[in-house]
Parts: sequence; structure tokens; C-alpha cells
Amino acid sequence: MQRLTALYQTTLGKKAVVAVTGLILYGFVVGHMLGNLKVFTGNDAAGEPHIDIYAHFLRTMGEPMVPYSFLLWVARIILIAALVLHVYTVVLLSRRNHAARHENYADPRYSQASAPARWMMVSGVLLLAFIVFHLLQFTFGKIGGAPFVEGAVYANLYHAFHQWFFVGLYVIAMAALALHVNHGVWSLFQTLGLDNPDRNRIFRLLATLSSVGLFVGFASVPLLFFLGLMPSPPTGEAVHLTEGVM
Amino acid sequence: MKLHLRIWRQKDGSSPGQFGEYDLDGVRDEMSFLEMLDVLNEQLIDGGEEPVAFDSDCREGVCGMCSLVINGKAHGPLAGTTTCQLYMRHFNEGDVVTIEPWRSSAFPVLRDLIVDRSAFDRIMQAGGYVTLHSGPKPEPNSIPIEPEVAEQALDAATCIGCGACVAACPNGSAMLYTAAKVSHLGLLPQGQPERYGRVKKMVDQMDQEGFGACRNYAECEAQCPKEISINFISQMNRDYLKATLSEPVDRRSKMSSQ
Repeated sequence: MQRLTALYQTTLGKKAVVAVTGLILYGFVVGHMLGNLKVFTGNDAAGEPHIDIYAHFLRTMGEPMVPYSFLLWVARIILIAALVLHVYTVVLLSRRNHAARHENYADPRYSQASAPARWMMVSGVLLLAFIVFHLLQFTFGKIGGAPFVEGAVYANLYHAFHQWFFVGLYVIAMAALALHVNHGVWSLFQTLGLDNPDRNRIFRLLATLSSVGLFVGFASVPLLFFLGLMPSPPTGEAVHLTEGVM
Repeated sequence: MKLHLRIWRQKDGSSPGQFGEYDLDGVRDEMSFLEMLDVLNEQLIDGGEEPVAFDSDCREGVCGMCSLVINGKAHGPLAGTTTCQLYMRHFNEGDVVTIEPWRSSAFPVLRDLIVDRSAFDRIMQAGGYVTLHSGPKPEPNSIPIEPEVAEQALDAATCIGCGACVAACPNGSAMLYTAAKVSHLGLLPQGQPERYGRVKKMVDQMDQEGFGACRNYAECEAQCPKEISINFISQMNRDYLKATLSEPVDRRSKMSSQ
């Protein structure tokens, strides 16, 4: 612990914290995207959508060894801590960087810095705002217009994504995620000192594929609902589920 | 060739600076960029004006003294070139050329285009050395080094310490310089005894000098006149994390078995 706090005092240590927390958040978005694909797998024999069953499973997993929702809360706490640390450390580093170049060139030009790298702060701020919005909409059910039923994931998505502005917002936010991941997923390996010419291609490929894969996987949900390609939710579904949606 | 020059003029570190506008005629293709500035200065002196102060020494690309940001790029538009090796044939009749000093809070402007790069010297002093015996000269091949590793160490050792990496980095970071110096010693057997202490001391000194933090833009690599790879930054990160997190601090205390 002493070593970790000492490490955090240095810029390289702060960078490493941003990298590790970024890796945790990256792991989460990949899992979240794969979980979302349950939307497309239809209903079970009793007519309940697979995505609703999956959402319920996230709360009951580990039972009876651990209490209801325990593992979900463990994950949530880790994710919230990672996010707070990620954002706070980036703010510290960013302030340092501005101080290090207090006067800029008359006409600064880039040689090879990629656009996603230069737009990290913009995509990051967009994502942070989106996370707040997304939680308000699908976890707390405060935004949406249509009736929000806890646990009825499919029905909630169905109603929300028939409104063009929600669809537009989600697609824009996922574009920001794609940009952020395109630089971040490579950059974190470089920061942790794991990148070298032998591995560079695989890390770059991982970043590019993650970026495209996450965008397609996430954006397909609102888009397909909006285009009317998804069946309507079973009537009166999931009233027995009283738990929140992830 | 006729050029219009916009050159940063600043009396000293405490005075504010601004651009001076100059027209220069008779620039020949085979002049180096610094020779072009010499011609300008002669013109200024003849006209009774203060000449433009700029750094230069060897003028053959090895000393690391010349340090100009030309049209927004460190050492000008060509890759792998120092300012002194940049020839005027790469410019065209009537071009407007903007010339600025390195911009970094750790490199204060001394006058016009000259900055104080002592911060680099202090990073070197913090750990850029190896312990060698000073007795009779050893047999040259007594320490075997794998040729690939020796070549890689030499790639890092081509750093001339000019500071273009700091000038090019939008975050004012000195990671490429420090990484090159750390790696070139850390890769060789002679540099092993101080390896982890060295990276710690040099990086901590780099932080103290007020350089920014790396965001992996790789601008430094693109504008480095010696084209040093950001691979060395990754290597330094690895050594630094190891030095801080896992290298033993207490090697010799007693250990309890129960």
C-alpha cells in the first residue's frame, strides 16, 4: 500500500492508475456489450425475454453462497471506484500538462498523433455525461417518457428506442466510446510497459477491433429497435420482477 | 529566393515576447536553415538592428544545440533532420516561415530563440551514469553483448538531447529523452548495477522539472531528429513500475517463520 501511494505521487504512477482503471472499465464495456446481445436471442419457453432473465441472473448469481445482489454490488463498487479514480487522475494529469506548455505555438501542427488520441478528453467528457444519463434512464427510470418497469429490460428498451432522439444520443455516445477505446486500449499497454515491437500489432489490432466491435454491438440495439426490426415485448411481462435493471 | 520570416523576439526571460516580421531576399537553395538566419542577422546588423539570437554549434546534426520550431514543427518539416541539416531547397519562393523557440515551462526562454535546457542536464545528473573500474583498459570483448541488444542500445544512444521531443509534445513531456537515456544504459550489461535505481532517480527528476505527462501521441518520435522509437518509453515504464512496486527495499532483515 505504501508503495502504491508513493507510486501515485509520480506522473508515471498516475498514468499507470489511469491505465489499470481504464482496463477495468474496458472489461466492463465488453461484458456489457456481450450481455446486451441477449436482446436479439428472443424469449424463453415461458415467453420471458432472455435479456430480462439475464438481468435477473446478474442479481441472483452466487446465491446461496452470497446474498441477493451481492456480486452485482461488488462489481458496481469496483466500477464506480475505477471510474472516479480514472477521471480524477486524468484531471490532475491534464492540469499538469497544461502547466507544462503554458504558451503554445502560433500554428501547432501534428505529425502523427491520431485523431482519437487528440480527442480523448472530448470523448471522455461525452462518455461521462452519457454514463450519468444512461443510469438515470435505465437504472433509475427517471428519463424516458414511456412507463418504466423495473426488471422489464426488453420492454423498457422497446419503448425508449422508438424515440429518435434517444437513438441519436446513444449512437453518438457509442461513437465517443469507439474513439476513446481506439486510443485507450492500445495506450494502456504502452503505459504499463507491455507494448514492444513484437506485440505492437496485436495490441493495435485489439484496440481497433474493440473500437469497431463495441460500436456495432452497442449501437445495433437502439438502431434495430428504431427501425422496427425487433418484435414487440410480451404483454404483461416481468411484472413479477421487482429488481432494478443494470 | 525571397522569404517572409516571422521570428519570435524576446529580450530576456522576464520580458514579454512577440513576433518580428522580416523580409529576406537572396536566399539560395544550398544554404542551410541556420546559414539563412546568419544572412538575416548580417542584414539586421547592417541596418543597425539587434540580430536574432539562436543556438547552434556543430552544424552537422550531432551536437543537439540547434533548436527551432519551424512552421509548428520541431527542427522543421523534414523527418529525421536537425535544423542545421535542413536546406533551403525545401522552401519555396515567397513562403512565410514562422520560427519559434521550444515551448516548455521547463525550458525557459533566455533570449529570442534560445531556451535554457539545463533541466535535461539535471535529469542526466540524477542517474545517467554507470560505475566502471578505472584501472587498466580491459580486454575489449571481455563482456559479451548480444548484437541485437547492442544495436538497440545504440538506437537509444543516438539521442543528442536537443529537446525536440519536449517541443513536439502537446503535453510538454520529456518521456522520450528520459526513456532514451534510461534505456541505452539499462540495456547494456555495464548498466545493470544501477538499473532500477537509475530509472527511479531520472524519472523523479523529470517530474520535478515540471515536464508534462505522456499521453502516447507519439509526436515526439515523429519529430525526433534521430527518430528514436516510443518503444523506449514502454521499456522505461516497465522498469519504473518494477522499480517502484516490486524491487526489494529491505534485502537483509531477519524473516520470521511463524
